Amino acid sequence: MTERDDVIRESHETDVFTAFEGDLPVGGRKPSAIRNFSGKYLPALASFLVVILLWEGLTRALGVETFVLPKPSEILTSFVETWDTIWGAGFRTLFEAVGGFVMGVSAAVVTALAASRWVRFRDGMLPIAIALSATPIIALAPIFNNWFTITSPFSKMAVVAVLVYFPVMINTTRGLQEVDQRELELMRSVAASPNETMRRVRIPHALPFFFASLKVASALSLIAAIVAEYFGGPQDVLGQYIINRANLFQFPDAWAAILVASLLGITFYILILGAERLFMPWHVSFRTGR
Amino acid sequence: MTLVVAADQLGKVFGTGSDSVEALAGIDLSIPQGDFISLIGPSGCGKSTLLRLIGDLLEPTSGNLLTNGKQPSQARLDRDYGMVFQSATLLDWRTVRKNVELPLEIMDIAAEERSKRAGEMLELVQLDQFGDHYPWQLSGGMQQRVAIARALAFEPSLLLMDEPFGALDEMTRELMQQEVLRLWRETGISVVFVTHSIPEAVFLSTRVVVMTPRPGRISAEITIDLPAKRDQDTREDPRYFELITEVREVLRRGEA
Repeated sequence: MTERDDVIRESHETDVFTAFEGDLPVGGRKPSAIRNFSGKYLPALASFLVVILLWEGLTRALGVETFVLPKPSEILTSFVETWDTIWGAGFRTLFEAVGGFVMGVSAAVVTALAASRWVRFRDGMLPIAIALSATPIIALAPIFNNWFTITSPFSKMAVVAVLVYFPVMINTTRGLQEVDQRELELMRSVAASPNETMRRVRIPHALPFFFASLKVASALSLIAAIVAEYFGGPQDVLGQYIINRANLFQFPDAWAAILVASLLGITFYILILGAERLFMPWHVSFRTGR
Repeated sequence: MTLVVAADQLGKVFGTGSDSVEALAGIDLSIPQGDFISLIGPSGCGKSTLLRLIGDLLEPTSGNLLTNGKQPSQARLDRDYGMVFQSATLLDWRTVRKNVELPLEIMDIAAEERSKRAGEMLELVQLDQFGDHYPWQLSGGMQQRVAIARALAFEPSLLLMDEPFGALDEMTRELMQQEVLRLWRETGISVVFVTHSIPEAVFLSTRVVVMTPRPGRISAEITIDLPAKRDQDTREDPRYFELITEVREVLRRGEA
């Protein structure tokens, strides 16, 4: 096979991994997993390695002090040595993030359904919600710590829930509203009730909007949990651990904890991509040819 | 004789005050059971509006209208008519079969009966091989046939079609016209068909209703006395051309 053929083939190949990318080319040949892995991930993996090596090389060559920027090797050492502590802290933080995520998303979905079902509710609520969403909600963290007792994980979950609520609610409402007029006419012509139209047209139509907002919310939830932890509370969570290690000038430890946070965030994100694919296999972004 | 559509001095005004637009005025129209009626006219003549009044997708502002001998709203709730739009309007997330089953689901018909009925309908439109496909996997013509199968699935006595073949290429369009005539003959359904194509209106209809704009009015009704069985030969029949000319002249007079 010539190099040119190779390029053409590659651009038509798809599998479950690349499907997560969101925009698949149309085309149908079944690729080998290894070929595809190398084709799709090698460039990303290579550039990641280059960055790490440059980081390591430059910090060594320029003699950058550890308290300014630790070397990747130092972070890795700390990552291994403090494994139990940082993952323990990570999962406690993840618990807060996921707990708040579930609460915020549930409330957002209920509000969005109500807003698209009852016009008056929507007209009354939505402008206020949009105004509120523009306020930096994270600033509420100290107040929530006070309301829900600083030692309870619920005080962090509340911050996460409020932060996650607005993007999910606003996007889902949009998805439920922006339905093709012709589809609504169709439903009317077959004498469908508003509830049936909701179930069979509006909700399926809102799913892509909903999942797009969940992806944003998944990242937001970890950010919110960690920032909320910065404002105080139990010491055995990521936010407090990072602050404490940084105060002791143990920066490689702090960076190792940050690495845990980002690994958890990436995993959370991938789980949502998987759910998206599971719940809307029909969507345009997953089509793999005629 | 029962009338599937009976309009008496029907009018429709959109909006109010100085922004109002009179879309239809003084429409008198009677459509007997079993007829195939085309509404034809330039854009803005209110032909789609009239179709939507018949289907209770819009409400008239004056006059009287009965669909299947009932108030249009009642006819809609009784599912007396099936509607086919210019775009197939299939739901992306449903397979072809599930799209055809949609109205049956809304009618709370049991799953077994639904799938049997959907199967029959897909056979009727010659798409029984495509039940498990998704809409985007079908061509435009096939999608429109699914829409027709969906509109017929609950066996309405009236089929309302709003420029259903407007987006199709000429070849597909002629095939679909044959198809719809075959369905009309086989099911004995009444059809109201909106189009802006003169040959299409003449080829399909028992009667062509010509409309003129501003406000939309009926300017002529032309009975199409071509043989009941129509096929490719009909398109070369001299009478077919005479009727096309007749419709065209009425349309031109309307514009003047």
